[in-house]
Amino acid sequence: MAHEAQPGVNDFAFKIGTVNGTGSASANSLILQALFRMGVPVSGKNVFPSNIQGLPTWYEIRVNRDGYTARSSRFHLMVAMNAQSLERDIAEVEGGGWLLYDSTRALDPDLVRDDVNFMGIPLARMCAERFEGARVRILMKNIGYVGALVALLNIDMAIVDGMLEEKFGARKGLLEANHTAIRMGYDYAREHFECPLPVRVEPMGGTEDRVMVTGNSAAALGCMYAGATVGAWYPITPSTSLMDAFKSYCRRFRVDPETGKHNFCILQAEDELAAAGMVLGAGWAGARAFTQTSGPGISLMSEFVGLAYYAEIPSVFFDVQRTGPSTGMPTRTQQGDILLAAYASHGDTKHIVLFPADPRECFECAVAAFDLAERFQTPVFVLSDLDIGMNDWMIPKLEWDDDYRPDRGKVLSAEEIEAVEHFYRYLDVDGDGIPYRTLPGVHPRGAYFTRGSGHNKYGGYTEDADEYIEVVDRIARKVRSAADHVLAPEVHAVDGGADVGIVSLGGCHWAVLEARDHMLARGMPLDYLRVKGFPFNDTVERFLAAHDTVFVVEQNRDAQLRTLLAMETAASKDKLIPVLRYGGQPLSRDDVLAGILSVLEGAPVKEVSA
Amino acid sequence: MSYITKPVARHPGVRPNALGLTPRDYEGAMSTLCAGCGHDSITAALVQTFYELDVEPHRVAKLSGIGCSSKTPTYFVSQAHGFNSVHGRMPSIAAGANAANRDLLHVGISGDGDSLSIGLGQMCHAIRRNVNMVYILENNGVYGLTKGQFSASADVGSVSKRGEVNRHGPIDPVDLALALGATFVARSFSGDKRQLVPILKAACRHHGLAFVDVISPCVTFNDHEGSTKSYAHTRAHAHEVIETDFVPLRAEITADYGTGAVHAVTMHDGSVVRFRKVHEDYDPTDRGAVLAHLREVRNRGEVATGLLYLEEAGEDLHEFENTVDVPLVDVPYESLCPGSQALEEIQQEWR
Repeated sequence: MAHEAQPGVNDFAFKIGTVNGTGSASANSLILQALFRMGVPVSGKNVFPSNIQGLPTWYEIRVNRDGYTARSSRFHLMVAMNAQSLERDIAEVEGGGWLLYDSTRALDPDLVRDDVNFMGIPLARMCAERFEGARVRILMKNIGYVGALVALLNIDMAIVDGMLEEKFGARKGLLEANHTAIRMGYDYAREHFECPLPVRVEPMGGTEDRVMVTGNSAAALGCMYAGATVGAWYPITPSTSLMDAFKSYCRRFRVDPETGKHNFCILQAEDELAAAGMVLGAGWAGARAFTQTSGPGISLMSEFVGLAYYAEIPSVFFDVQRTGPSTGMPTRTQQGDILLAAYASHGDTKHIVLFPADPRECFECAVAAFDLAERFQTPVFVLSDLDIGMNDWMIPKLEWDDDYRPDRGKVLSAEEIEAVEHFYRYLDVDGDGIPYRTLPGVHPRGAYFTRGSGHNKYGGYTEDADEYIEVVDRIARKVRSAADHVLAPEVHAVDGGADVGIVSLGGCHWAVLEARDHMLARGMPLDYLRVKGFPFNDTVERFLAAHDTVFVVEQNRDAQLRTLLAMETAASKDKLIPVLRYGGQPLSRDDVLAGILSVLEGAPVKEVSA
Repeated sequence: MSYITKPVARHPGVRPNALGLTPRDYEGAMSTLCAGCGHDSITAALVQTFYELDVEPHRVAKLSGIGCSSKTPTYFVSQAHGFNSVHGRMPSIAAGANAANRDLLHVGISGDGDSLSIGLGQMCHAIRRNVNMVYILENNGVYGLTKGQFSASADVGSVSKRGEVNRHGPIDPVDLALALGATFVARSFSGDKRQLVPILKAACRHHGLAFVDVISPCVTFNDHEGSTKSYAHTRAHAHEVIETDFVPLRAEITADYGTGAVHAVTMHDGSVVRFRKVHEDYDPTDRGAVLAHLREVRNRGEVATGLLYLEEAGEDLHEFENTVDVPLVDVPYESLCPGSQALEEIQQEWR
């Protein structure tokens, strides 16, 4: 196993254990944002239960001066504010680390570890003395530990004060209470502990031109910028915040200033089936339409996905993946829908799939998805996940080219229809597999009949083998040709090329990059390719051919990306070695190292549950 | 049954409508349904409706699910886009299409299997959403394409062709639509074009979802003795509780309404629906009273028909969502994308 450099300034991780529904989320994001504003590269992972109130919840923060933002599972400091999870939280601290706990109630001596520095702070008692009302006391206890962390980690108090001012400026009472609580924790820590700790932050310039945002917000923004007008959805964790964000951006930027009317229509459907139907109806009628869901929703939508594929209706599906199968663990992350998305629905179907690795790519993939859906007249999936979708990520600033115009693909205008002698919906006029499309209401001669039943290239119903085959073969050709139009793979190669490669996708990227750097520094060079889209293009094929051994790193049990590579490329299955983590936590560098080193060093592959 | 090309029928006596179109221009492909199918009569009534209303053919969007009824959009208005989707899902397709282009005349054709079993949820929610569309449920009590299973509208005691007796209580789509707050609820009989056409005209002009349940006998699987959805049974038990006449905007009102009490409702576009009450106390604008009256008629073993309930002031999907007056498909991209400057401002909030 890899040896660690000692944690220290701007290089450590800590974890905060609290009770769900007590307001700790805003306290934790206060810390994350303060670190970010100090210029320290930082990432936060919210580990929350599928519950409204009362169950344990955690927030993991990693600061890393080198900019590595993958999850770290080595916690040098634990803030254990939840009696329910205290025992497990104590057990999880790295040896030599620190533990901050609420000492209002005495700690069970059996829980004390000799190799951990225990720091008790009577937050509940102090809050009871200073604040009135149970709810306020609970909320301020959270702000109290923020104060203690400010002292312990050397966080800039002026930045925290500024953030409170921004947040509560207009509400003087709340602002004052927050200030009191912050000072309460801060002063206590300064008086009773050696502040700052060896694990601490110093200001640096590591976050310039960076922003902090969730993948769902960025994807929603991408939908708005792409010109999507119809969003249809059914609530499901972890995708709901995507449509929430779309709605809030649209209310801000898409309301006609004169009439107050909306240049968008968001329909909360009765279920995912209807949501998909609405997307198809709107796409058929000519709007850019999308839905957002998670795995269970894709299962339900698969019927419509097949229709969209066969009837060639542009439609965009965001799948913010969570842990399956079935209801699975709704608040944990996974990449378990890769095969589902690639082949959703019965019969021969295959779909364009995009794999964003962070919120920036969620924005880019959203725009690309609408262009691809219209160009290829087919459903397009954007496969995000809970970690990307719901956690705040530090990303390079988004950019926008004001010259961008939507690629509507082959849509005939009234004038163009007029000029055509006969319009046939499914005729391959240009030989590229993509037929021309007309929109309802544009011209009587553009009319055609859309159906999921057998049809010939003229759009007529058919049960004739040759006519049927002609159309489905063309559709296969059309989707295959999208390989050169989906986002190109990202390749990291050493000079001269290594024998061993890694292929991965989506949110695994950051842990893989870090693991690869780590191995490179230790004389073990590896090439790396990250697929960003399906169907796979030649770059993927060539990368697989050029390496004797390829580790396929992904977050599911059954090696779905590996299966897809084995099916869709010429690569021999034998040389594709799976590295799998699927316990629901975001991937860490150590997960990747463990998987790769166990093979390279001849050790048996041991599943480490995350 | 039909394998011949549709013969060109000429109707020398028929005058072109205001658009210069004849009924022939509103027809579609040759029907492949069984000879005598009630659905073909409904198709004919739709053709007449569109012709008489001077509907621009390409401004119609024809939507359906799966089943015998859902095949019929191929048989009318061949110059309109049609969408034969998947089983029970027409309402969601219609909602999406209507959200994208509010200016089209959305006509959804469904059946009792499509709407009352697999698609019951979608039908209910389209009504709740009040999608501005004509929703026709061609109701024959059986699954025809799969050869005669009972549907959810089959009455208790109705006997199938194979001699089985249905014991499950029916879902009455009219009752359901009324209970869900539908703003236009009608029931008619495919064999009564005189009643059906004015209802369909009013449905086309209605602002909101116009729900039209049409008893449409299946000649192959449900037209025998013992069926409660046969021609004979429907003719014997249909009970017109209210007569409807549709007066289009600008038309001169010359019809003679006889002696019954006349009640007029002005439609969104200025057209008028005139009801002649068969029953003195029937009020087609009082939902509670209509429901009670229909229950009485049903308890007598009769099927109430007519434009049973009408409310023109209801809000439709676009009013609920406060969308712009122009179809969303016509909003220029420049009005949809806030541009790089706005992106910069948004990202200031992400720091």
